[in-house]
Order: sequence, then structure tokens, then C-alpha cells
Amino acid sequence: MAALTKEETEALIQEVLEVYPEQARKDRAKHLAVNDQSLEKSNKCITSNRKSQPGVMTIRGCAYAGSKGVVWGPIKDMIHISHGPVGCGQYSRAGRRNYYVGTTGINTFGTMNFTSDFQEKDIVFGGDKKLAKIMNEIEELFPLNKGISIQSECPIGLIGDDIEAVAKKANKEIGKPVVPVRCEGFRGVSQSLGHHIANDAIRDWVLENRDGDESFATTPYDVAVIGDYNIGGDAWASRTLLEEMGLRVVAQWSGDGTIAEMEKTPKVKLNLIHCYRSMNYIARHMEEKYKIPWIEYNFFGPTKIAESLRKIAALFDETIQAGAEKVIAKYQSEYDAVIAKYKPRLQGKRVMLYVGGLRPRHVIGAYEDLGMEVVGTGYEFGHNDDYDRTIKEMGNATLIYDDVTGYEFEEFVKRVQPDLIGSGIKEKYIFQKMGIPFRQMHSWDYSGPYHGYDGFAIFARDMDMTLNNPCWKQVKVPWKTAESSDVAVAASA
Amino acid sequence: MALRQCAIYGKGGIGKSTTTQNLVSALAELGNSVMIVGCDPKADSTRLILHAKAQTTIMSLAAEAGSVEDLELEDVLKAGYRGIKCVESGGPEPGVGCAGRGVITAINFLEEEGAYDDELDFVFYDVLGDVVCGGFAMPIRENKAQEIYIVCSGEMMAMYAANNIAKGIVKYANSGSVRLAGLICNSRETAREDELISALAAKIGTTMIHFVPRDNVVQRAEIRRMTVIEYEPEHKQAQEYRDLAIKIRDNKNFVIPTPITMDELEELMMEFGIIDDVDESIIGVTAAAEATA
Repeated sequence: MAALTKEETEALIQEVLEVYPEQARKDRAKHLAVNDQSLEKSNKCITSNRKSQPGVMTIRGCAYAGSKGVVWGPIKDMIHISHGPVGCGQYSRAGRRNYYVGTTGINTFGTMNFTSDFQEKDIVFGGDKKLAKIMNEIEELFPLNKGISIQSECPIGLIGDDIEAVAKKANKEIGKPVVPVRCEGFRGVSQSLGHHIANDAIRDWVLENRDGDESFATTPYDVAVIGDYNIGGDAWASRTLLEEMGLRVVAQWSGDGTIAEMEKTPKVKLNLIHCYRSMNYIARHMEEKYKIPWIEYNFFGPTKIAESLRKIAALFDETIQAGAEKVIAKYQSEYDAVIAKYKPRLQGKRVMLYVGGLRPRHVIGAYEDLGMEVVGTGYEFGHNDDYDRTIKEMGNATLIYDDVTGYEFEEFVKRVQPDLIGSGIKEKYIFQKMGIPFRQMHSWDYSGPYHGYDGFAIFARDMDMTLNNPCWKQVKVPWKTAESSDVAVAASA
Repeated sequence: MALRQCAIYGKGGIGKSTTTQNLVSALAELGNSVMIVGCDPKADSTRLILHAKAQTTIMSLAAEAGSVEDLELEDVLKAGYRGIKCVESGGPEPGVGCAGRGVITAINFLEEEGAYDDELDFVFYDVLGDVVCGGFAMPIRENKAQEIYIVCSGEMMAMYAANNIAKGIVKYANSGSVRLAGLICNSRETAREDELISALAAKIGTTMIHFVPRDNVVQRAEIRRMTVIEYEPEHKQAQEYRDLAIKIRDNKNFVIPTPITMDELEELMMEFGIIDDVDESIIGVTAAAEATA
């Protein structure tokens, strides 16, 4: 199907908005836009980071999800207490596929759920005593933990527990970092505030821990990888490239990360930010306080990888610059082979995305390397600086949707008829039932890594096996005549 | 007689608990079967009936046992003077936890365990002075107390509080069966106090159901952890509580209140000389500034 023109896309947005009551229509109109590459600032076309409308199916999470699930949870040698009733921790346990090396339950704890399991009496009498007791028990049962974080669930903020005082006391008693995080789920409009709160907790309770301690031997090539959550091994596939070009990765946040790495980060020469949305706050703080520069990079697909490696290398000496060229050259035959194999099978296919963090813009280059086109994208919890960074990545007249509702997403898909959709588990089965190939782009659909050259090969294979899977030809409605095309089937779903 | 559920509200320290316990003793004397439910973490709503310092509360017993489901009704319900049933919801020390949730949990427990049996004529909820959150409105929600009595006096803050409580009642009255049943004036011996409270009552659509004069015998009885009814039944103050009890027993005047605005309330207080006419020129001017002016 031919791409929509600017006018057609605008008309589509209007048509989709039509069903809303007036106030909701006015609000949602600000979150839907037709991309215009000539714009420098996204606030001319889209509003973001606002409260979702009641009554719609939003796909957002909460502040607790942003702190415990994203930023803190992957720090593998700490124990993260989900402080409050049992559900928040249990239903989010191990769901994000942050891979790590270690022996779970002995020196790493990533896939376990620690909770204070609040009961009625804890609400009424407060949970501070129980929290203190839990931390003593943790020390006894898991002595190889390197610290504890307290991830507040909603009730903690309501009943006014003084978790900071409990944390300070426990820190003295056990001699390890104890970090209280005020990430109660009702705060903010999405998980985004949780990222910010978690970053602030790192700033206030972790980063200063080794100030003045010069015992760590530094080199001019020390960097930290920040905002890679090692989903399906992403950070590992990225780290090898940086090391091969001659850099020393001192810290990796927070996928497969440790508290010691976090504490050493202020000693690096450059911070490399992958997920800007969730970690820009701490990068800015280190820039201000420790004068550490930071840059964003993108390791999805060979074009962006080469671009990013060169951009990073440009901040170092010629050795590193030569190293970057060597890495790009070394892998060229590999990624050329991947492109040669899959591009003919994927050329011209159109993709719609709806994800969080950085992916709505970062994966575009990887699709383009395979000859595909992203025709619609949007962020669950992005801010306008995310959309600023998206405008130039997307073609003119493509669709941009912020905090898209279930209804809007379905309607857009029906009209745009993409060949592939990349979004989350909640969207997956709806679109598959509509007969449209779908990849989960939060968990990589239990695959990955997708970062780096190694990841690109897997990414290409996954997109091909999903999109060109013979099952889609079997999606036929019995009452349709033989003349009905696949497209018509999809449209009527 | 069908069970009547009444809640006593009013400014902190106005004498709700003392008035309630004396009133309930008088109702018991009249042959009624009565229960008091203390809804205040301080747990001092039943001490004069039980001759106790403070009754062991539902929430403290629940915390000890593990959860409220582990408790039996007889663990929390104590009988005192003339068989009056006493229960305290309890709650945390000041500054921790959520006392409001304690009240909700305790009242739900009483209902589930069948504390409100057919034998009872009256239940009185004695509620923490400041209705700071939804938990303390629990006794007037979901068809619990239908009659609200507000204890007040001729002091300015007590009247502000009474009017504010009336506002709260309106909210729940419009969605349920709760009604304002009257003001109880617990005298502080301010000027023309009975007239003033009667006037306030008329403005918010109700009546001053009784004027309870001030008498030292109340304190003498309290020191002995007793009500006046029990300590000195022949005293004229005991008769006042009996009069109040009879008026409440026979009360039919249940209304959705019409709380007044701040301006109206201030006007009323000016009329009775409680406050002076507001002089706009002195507002925000310190004593030092006045001296140099």
C-alpha cells in the first residue's frame, strides 16, 4: 500500500479523534502529529508527559515500575525490597529479562522478589519496624549482598513512613549502602517520574560514596555505559565493541551492573548514554558535579553503530579513532552478509512502533539498514526532548503518537496497514488476531540481544521469521471469498 | 426497637468522650442495651464505663495475633457499668502509620463478627476530634451511624468545628441516610452560651438538643474513672445527663444540615460579642508597628 500523504495523515488523525467527547478530543489532538522534518522543536507539533485521559486504554506504567523495574532492579548484587503489599513486586518479578552473570540467591539477586508484604496492621501501625527487621534478616540469609534499596509502593507515601531514617540506621549497622527510594506509584503521570526519582536516589545515596578515595587506578580511556539494561544480553553485545576499540568500560548501568560500578562512575572520562529518557538526569548531574561529559549513542543496526563509534572515538585520541575504524571494518563482512541475506526478504516493508524509553527512535536505523521503513512511532512516557530527537529520524508525513490509546493505535493500524508492528505484550495478540505480524519490542519477544553487530544479526533474523512466517497466509476468514486479499482480511479485523 | 446508631463528633478536647459515656450510662439506666465504639487511637472512649486506664484495642490485638481475621469478638468486646458493651478501634502512636485505616478495619471487623446484634438498642461512635481523613468519616458512611450529634460550646473554635462537621455530614447525607440530629452544648460558661448555640443550631437547620452545664463533679468522677451517673447518681449533674439521654431517646428531628458560610458564622459571633467587628486597618500590623504609628 502506498504511503499516506501529509493531508491523508492529517485527515486520519481527525477521523480517529472524531469519536472522543469534546474535552478528550481536544486533549488527545495535542498528542497526535504528522511528522515534519523541517521542524527543529517538537513542541510545535506534539505535547507529551501529560496525565492520560480517564477511560482510555493507556499502556503506561507507574513510578515504582520506573524505579524498581527499570533503573534499580537490574543492579544485580543489591537486594531491592518492594516495600508495601506483595503484588507490585511479585507481578513484576523477573519480567524484564535483564540478563546477568552470578549465582542467584548467593551473590546476585536479579530474578528474586524481596517484599515487606504489608498487612493491614502494617498500614495502621506503620511499616518502619518491619522494614528494619527485614534488612537484618536479609543480612543473615544473604550475607554476600552488596547493599539494599527500598522501593516504595503507594502505601508508604500515604502513611508517611520515615524510610530514610530506617535506611540511615541500617546503613550504620550493616556497613553497606542502603538506599531509600520514594517511588510511590501514584506520583507523576507515568514511569518516567520513577526514573527521575531513582536517578536522584543514586545521586544522593551512591555517587558520593567514593569521593576522595583515589585507590582506583584510572586510565585516559575509562568510560561508563549508562542506560543499557542488558535485555537479552544487549549490554554485553555493546560492551565488546567499546572494548575492542580500546576503551575501558569501568561501569555498566544498570543491566548486569553492580553497586561498586555505580560508585566508581564519577571517576570515568566519559559517560555513554544509551537510554537517554531514563538516565539523562544522572548524566547531567555528573557533568555538573564531576565535569564528566556525556554523549548519547545508538547501537541498533550497522549504520547507527558506525556513526556512534566514530562520534565516541572523536572525543578521544587517534588510537581510539583508529580502533573505531578497525572495529567497523572487522565486522563489515558479517553485517554485509546479514543485509545481503535479509534485505531482499524485507525490502520495502513498513513498520509501526509504539514502545518506551529510547526505542521509538533508536531502532529506526536498524530497520532502514534492512530496507524497511518506519511509518509510525510513539512513546509511552517520552518528553518533548525525546520527540525533538525523533523528528529527523522519521520520514515526512509519518505518524507520531504520544501515550497512544488502544483505540487510536488500532485505528491507525487499520488505515496505515503496516507489514509489521513492534510494541508490547498487551498489544501483541490484538494485532496478531488482526493478521498482522508483530514483535514485542520491550522484551525482544524472548530473543535478543539486538544491540551491537551481534545483536543486529539476531534482529534481522527475528524480523524476517516473524514477517515472512508462512502462518500469516493461513489467516483466512472462512466466509470471505477466494478473491479477498490478505490486506482486506487484516482491514476487516 | 430497631437499633439506632449514633456518632458523636466535635472539636478535640470539647468533652465528647465524657459526655458520651455519661449519656450512655443514663440510657443504660433507662433500660437500654448500648454499645460504645471508640474511634480514636488514644483509646479513651470507654475508660469511665470499664474503670480502666485504656481498653485493649482491636488494632493492637490484631497486630499481636497477626491479623484482624485471627480475632474473636469476645477478645475485643468488654462489658462495663450496667452491661454497656465497650470496644476501642485503636491505632498507632502519633506520627506513624494510618489511624484512619485502623478505624475502617475495626468497624469492618465488628460488622463481620456480628457485634451489632438484635439485642442492642443503641450504638455510639465516639470519634477523634478532627476528621482529618476518610477513615474518621467511616462511622457515617455505608449506612452505619444515621444520627450525628455534635458536641460544642460557645467558644469560637468549637463553633467553627461544628459548622465544618456539618459540611462533612452534607456530603454523606446526600448519598446516604446519615442525618444531623442536634448540637449538644457542653458549657464553657461563656456569655449567653445557650442562646448562641441555639442560634447556631437554628442557622444550620437543627436544634440545641441539650445544654449541659459545667460542674466539678464531672472531674471528680473522672479521677475515679467513673461517670457521674455511677459515682454520684443523686447529683444534679447526673440529672442533666439523664435529661440529655431522654431527649436523644425521643429525638425525631433528623435533618440534612445547612452549614453556613464563614462570613455568616463571624456575623453571628459578632452579634453575640464573641469577636469584634473586623477592623481591616489592623490586619497584618505587628504590635511594634502599632506602637510607632
